[in-house]
Amino acid sequence: MKNKIKVLRAQHELTQAQLAQKLEVSRQTINAIEKGKFDPSLPLAFKLSKLFAKPIEEIFQNEES
Amino acid sequence: MGIMKEKQENWKSRSGKNTLKLGIWTGSWVLTTALVAFGPDFIWNENRTLTLMALILNLVIGLLMILANKNYVNSLDELQRKIQLEAMGMALGVAVVFGIGYSMLDTTNIITHDAEISHLIILIALTYFAGCVIGSLRYR
Repeated sequence: MKNKIKVLRAQHELTQAQLAQKLEVSRQTINAIEKGKFDPSLPLAFKLSKLFAKPIEEIFQNEES
Repeated sequence: MGIMKEKQENWKSRSGKNTLKLGIWTGSWVLTTALVAFGPDFIWNENRTLTLMALILNLVIGLLMILANKNYVNSLDELQRKIQLEAMGMALGVAVVFGIGYSMLDTTNIITHDAEISHLIILIALTYFAGCVIGSLRYR
């Protein structure tokens, strides 16, 4: 699954560590999500959506679609 | 904002505390296991009551170590839990497959020595450790 987290994080001037702190996850998790190696759970996706004030479908795109 | 920062600190410190607790209980369990293994010969001269007491202490601390491990896993984030789950799955599979194979080597007398449980424990620990390292590298 593709995502725009890296771009949104840069727009909000957040480091991976700062974003990880805000979401209560490890920096490794943010890095893995950004690189598309790990798909977050729905609750974590909702947290990202709330934090960046964007709908989930705008942050995440299914690669098949 | 202040509440959010406090919450973040809580998650990190909670996770750190659970890791420390797991380390303490694991260390205690290893020590009491050594006590049960070597105490009868080297400390209390084969006294059955003391051996039983040491064994009960070992089991109680082992139970607390299991609970600490459960709390530790629950305090991890979702990626860390996935890495742990995969490592534990590999360790369990290796334990069943190689444990039974090793036992059959013994019962069919293909190996001359007895199949020791400690060999299996070492294999499980190494598999779990390798699983954690591989998982961490994969999602780096």
